[in-house]
Amino acid sequence: MEFPEQTLLDCYARMCLIRAFEEKLAELFSQGLLGGTSHFCIGQEACAVGVITAAREDDWLISNHRGHGHLLARGLELQKVMSELLGRSDGYCGGRGGSQHLSAPEKFFLGTNGITGGGLPIATGAALALQYRGSTQVAIVFFGDGASNQGTFHESLNMASLWKLPVLYVCENNRYGMSNPVEKACAGGRVSARAQAYCLPADTADGSDVEAVAQAASKALEQVRSGAGPFLLELLTYRHCGHSKNDPRIYRSKTEEQQMWERDCLRITRDKLLRRGIPDSRLEQLKTQAAEQVQAAAQQSLQAPFSSREETLAGVFA
Amino acid sequence: MFYSQAVNIALEEELTRDPDVFILGEDIGIYGGAFGVTKGLYEKFGPQRIRETPISENSFTGMAVGAAMLGLRPVVEIMFMDFLALALDQLLNSAGKIHYMYNGQLKVPMVLRTPGGAKGGYGPSHSQMLSSMLLGIPGLKIVAPSTPRQVKGILKSAIRDDNPVVVIENKRLYPQQGEVPEGEYLLPLDKAEVLSPGTDMSILTYSAMTPLCLAVKEAVRELGWDPEIVDLVSLQPLDRESIFKSVRKTGRVLIVEEACLTGGIGAEVSALIAEHCLDALEAPVMRLGAADVPIPSSLALEKYVLPQIEDIVKAVQQLREY
Repeated sequence: MEFPEQTLLDCYARMCLIRAFEEKLAELFSQGLLGGTSHFCIGQEACAVGVITAAREDDWLISNHRGHGHLLARGLELQKVMSELLGRSDGYCGGRGGSQHLSAPEKFFLGTNGITGGGLPIATGAALALQYRGSTQVAIVFFGDGASNQGTFHESLNMASLWKLPVLYVCENNRYGMSNPVEKACAGGRVSARAQAYCLPADTADGSDVEAVAQAASKALEQVRSGAGPFLLELLTYRHCGHSKNDPRIYRSKTEEQQMWERDCLRITRDKLLRRGIPDSRLEQLKTQAAEQVQAAAQQSLQAPFSSREETLAGVFA
Repeated sequence: MFYSQAVNIALEEELTRDPDVFILGEDIGIYGGAFGVTKGLYEKFGPQRIRETPISENSFTGMAVGAAMLGLRPVVEIMFMDFLALALDQLLNSAGKIHYMYNGQLKVPMVLRTPGGAKGGYGPSHSQMLSSMLLGIPGLKIVAPSTPRQVKGILKSAIRDDNPVVVIENKRLYPQQGEVPEGEYLLPLDKAEVLSPGTDMSILTYSAMTPLCLAVKEAVRELGWDPEIVDLVSLQPLDRESIFKSVRKTGRVLIVEEACLTGGIGAEVSALIAEHCLDALEAPVMRLGAADVPIPSSLALEKYVLPQIEDIVKAVQQLREY
């Protein structure tokens, strides 16, 4: 699929924003301003942007521990996401959720999820609710190759297939479950091959090519929305960074990493735009704008207050 | 009416009242559930609302969470409480945390019903009362009604509650009989109930130990002893006010439960009493619970692990004579 020029530019801008956001997070970490842990999706931005560009704005999204790309691709407010990660009261969840537990129902973003594979049944249940109500919305859940070894993956696909639920399972296969390479963790190697066992249609796409991702996702979503039942889409991608901060990446070679940078999704998209005659200066400008937006958001968030003790101890029950 | 029928009627009434209520679990359709609790509901409400699942506890519990987040009111049945171990991730990390961690943006109005406890001969993996295991999970309401009347009122309230509620039923209670009010009957989820007032001591209990304690009361009446039987009903939150009121009235406390003694509900209740009512106590708090042993299969052995009527009578005597 070839995007119209403006669409591809928008995708590139969005991917730049996600990249700049996480680069800023890394900086905040090193300055000691960001606590806990955080999982970056550097290298995987095209997966989030491609799928979410193909989705309807009211399709429910369910994400995982590596969710910054999904959040920003859906168009959540940058500053409110930043504040959430910095634990501030003006964040989406008032600082209670952080990166791995962030929800924005008004944007049809059901939530990120800190348990590997934990979002799969939730998405499947959301799809059940959509079917129950006769909605044409679809539930889209992102997970990694690691999660495809959890029982919830197999249980969810089985039930979704039995009941023809409107759910798109998107596996971002970035080759590693933390440090464990997919060859050592996934029998058979291909996550999409597992769909056959549950009679699900499946497809595989190049997760570094945002247009290829969007094309595959459009096709899959059309099928799911038509009532045909669930679909498993595997996106072959790579995280250039470590699993989380402080990951020394001793489980893979520098040569491999260098080769994969050659296939970086931002670089591929940039080359496409250059080939279409977009001047380099305009692309540079998009990158600079993204960095500035992120910088401004971080500055504002760092000024924001924390919730009080009283607020923190309240609200366990509805 | 049997306890199991009262559960069935509560479900039927709520399914009729609110089209967003649906049930999911194993063998709950034509089979009517492993203990016959959902009998007839499939025929009346059909496969969408009586959703028979494969044997996938963690994921169908997680599906209930997802469906509840989008506004439905699922009622999950876990066939034996021991199987809750398989669903614990979704209960602990999703159901209990979502409302809080997402800062109130979403609710999880779901119910999880499950029979705990031993009925004789089910053995180690089908007999445990795991009530206390759930106590340290913020965000869950936990109730353990002991009579047919209670379970109807509690279950109906639980289904209407906007939070995840675990309703602990009991295999030994299903065939118990009792009066049940017809039609709309709701009970609060956070209140204990004095089932039989008394003066000598407070016996605090719940679930299948309640009828045992009521039987003990009859047995010791001829000795001139008059214990007050307080059914805790709500385990999370504990109804402190009612507990303390009874303790202050009688000055002596015996806690009886089917969960393991160590770290049981009784441990929590004892600590609360020590913190708040020490001045009213005329004797140390006594506890009876399951031995810290898996429940053996043999009927002959099971009774060595669980509190029996004779054990309770003995404890009552000790407490009285202290």
